[in-house]
Amino acid sequence: MGDIAKYLGDAGTRSALLTMLLDHIYLSLVPLVISVVLAVVLGLACHRFRWVNTVLVSVSNVLYTIPSLALFVIIPAVIGTSVLAPVNVVIALTLYTTTLLVRPVAEALAAVPDHVRAAATAMGFRPWRRFLTVELPLAVPVLAAGVRVGSVSNISLVSVGALIGTGGLGVLFTDGFRQRYLAPIIVGIVLTMVLALVVDLILVVLRNALTPWTKAGRS
Amino acid sequence: MIFADAIAWLLDPVNWSGAKSIPVRVGVHLLYCLGAVLGASLIAVPLGLYIGHTGRGGVLLVGSSNALRALPTLGLVTFLYLVMNGVQTVSVLIALVVLAVPPILAGTYAGIQDVDRGVVDAARGMGMTGSQRLWRVELPNALPLLVGGLRNATLQVVATASVAAYVGIETLGRPLLDGLRVLDYAQVVGGAVLIALLAVGLDLLLALAGKLVIPRGLRLAAETRRRVKPVEEAEVVDVV
Amino acid sequence: MKRTLTVIVAAAALVVSACGSKEDLSGSSGQSATGEVVVGSADFTENKILAEIYAGALKATGAKVSVKPGIGARELVVKALQDKSLGVVPEYTGNLLNYFDQANSKTSADEVYTALKSKTPSGLEVLEKAEAEDKDVLVVTKATADSGVKSIADLGDGKYVLGAAGEWGQRWQSKIKELYGVSFKEIKTTDAGGPVTVDALKNGTAQVANLYTTSADIKANDFVELDDPKSMYPAQNIVPLLRSDALDDKGKAALNKVSAALTTENLAELVKRVDIDKETIANVAADFLKTVQI
Repeated sequence: MGDIAKYLGDAGTRSALLTMLLDHIYLSLVPLVISVVLAVVLGLACHRFRWVNTVLVSVSNVLYTIPSLALFVIIPAVIGTSVLAPVNVVIALTLYTTTLLVRPVAEALAAVPDHVRAAATAMGFRPWRRFLTVELPLAVPVLAAGVRVGSVSNISLVSVGALIGTGGLGVLFTDGFRQRYLAPIIVGIVLTMVLALVVDLILVVLRNALTPWTKAGRS
Repeated sequence: MIFADAIAWLLDPVNWSGAKSIPVRVGVHLLYCLGAVLGASLIAVPLGLYIGHTGRGGVLLVGSSNALRALPTLGLVTFLYLVMNGVQTVSVLIALVVLAVPPILAGTYAGIQDVDRGVVDAARGMGMTGSQRLWRVELPNALPLLVGGLRNATLQVVATASVAAYVGIETLGRPLLDGLRVLDYAQVVGGAVLIALLAVGLDLLLALAGKLVIPRGLRLAAETRRRVKPVEEAEVVDVV
Repeated sequence: MKRTLTVIVAAAALVVSACGSKEDLSGSSGQSATGEVVVGSADFTENKILAEIYAGALKATGAKVSVKPGIGARELVVKALQDKSLGVVPEYTGNLLNYFDQANSKTSADEVYTALKSKTPSGLEVLEKAEAEDKDVLVVTKATADSGVKSIADLGDGKYVLGAAGEWGQRWQSKIKELYGVSFKEIKTTDAGGPVTVDALKNGTAQVANLYTTSADIKANDFVELDDPKSMYPAQNIVPLLRSDALDDKGKAALNKVSAALTTENLAELVKRVDIDKETIANVAADFLKTVQI
């Protein structure tokens, strides 16, 4: 405990921690946001065209077996980004999260009952408006559940980026290890978990705000 | 280009003999993964059965085990290594077990929870005792989701065991880290391919084992459920 | 339908481009339009301290500086300099020369430095070298040394297990055989002079370890450094390696001043203050700059 107090007592350390935390948030949440958008688009495509579904299922099965560490390094080699660019981590995590989200979204869209769709059409909704105001909102609970899993796993995966020098809280683990210094490691673990918890809380609040009807149904 | 180099690395006879050969690393990797999944199952399956059966403390327990998912494995490995004064094997195993517990626990718990209440009540009506209901009715019905949880856990553990190389263990993470140090992409991609193959292989094996142990009548239901797996698991988490 | 898709794609593009711009802000362009210099470092304490010292010295000239610590091995660092992710890094003359010129056989400090200057690829350059040196060194436990192992030549043929970083075998295995006729029973991949290497030596899974001369672990564990009479390991003076367009003359002069002030002793002391006394790298680097008045 004394060690941690001493470690956190230094103003320079605290500001470095803040930078790492912000990097971590950026590296884990940007992929989440991009993935949500991609998953909705791809989920819609899956729902409309059968073959997209087949392709996506096989691609995502393979993708999920590639270790994150390898993906972080292979991406710059394949698409020619700079080796240290944070964008490598962002792309890798976007790939993981998108594959995690697509299938549930496609299924949720497919699960919208035909009579709901028919009712919306009967009310004069054009297809795109029906999608945005009826079908998509009905898929929100499923989407939110997937996003929550994705956010937790992204937040914990970003740490691995420390092994290739991309920043984030993972640096505390490698630094602490080399110095045999537990304080930074403990601080890193705690910050990562608190971050995951806070983001999860925000996502739940967001989901509840976006799906007021579930509350009405419950009470 | 890189992939051609990687294949060349994979086929290079130099990499197939000695203490750092591909077979040795595959073996070590496999041992750690099996140990971790087995260890996690010993903890998570009985726990999941108990809370699923009694319905006691389920939400809290599964919720807190899901908080474990946020625990960064690299952090845990480095922490345990230092605390245990350089005992590599145990520190890596514990970290991997911690990684594997949440999916297995969630799978088991959700499996038991999902059993049609009517079925359980019918069993009770037939005069089955609590443990008879658990072993003869609830467990077989929970198997599809339980096996799903095991498969998820295995995938994660196989991919993450690479981190063990950071504390000096000859897993398949070794070529990743070594290749990284000298930017030898052939090694990195070669190692990644091996890990992916191992993951796919184990997943197929578990799927097959699942087919053998899951009663035929349940298989159809299992297939549909597994597809929406991540979501179902997540829904159990809802404690915050 | 089509319009929805367009909107979604546009939104996605926006998000993607937004992260592109963040990348620029974080300074991954080494020395960007804003004139920011990015100082990089490898992933060990001493190198990180040096990077902080360089950064502090450059800041004193009025330059905008950021530090990107813990990047990894030389191959990665050099690539990052070339693709402009970095501007300057603290390097070591011998290993750097061997990297640029694999056929190199020079080992003494001045020869190495002269050769290095001519072998550095165009676009990159090295500044003045410091007197301070941090060489690779093979160490054994006190007990092993007492059993008669004093020099690399005493290691014999296939007798001991060595613990070293992953690339050691590739770099030195044939060289040590050629110079001393020494081979190892096994070369265990541990890490680059970190805890795994030190622990392997302490608990006996390795009997010989590759560490670095400024490492605080050597004294702390009573390890004995083996003599290298045939100079297998080349001189390793600290030297700034930079992309030529990353620094102006003021910046280069500032780094030369740092090099002039660095000695092996004061560097080892800085490393000890971080690794053993757990002071922060930033504070230790700032203290150094203060004492040498930069």
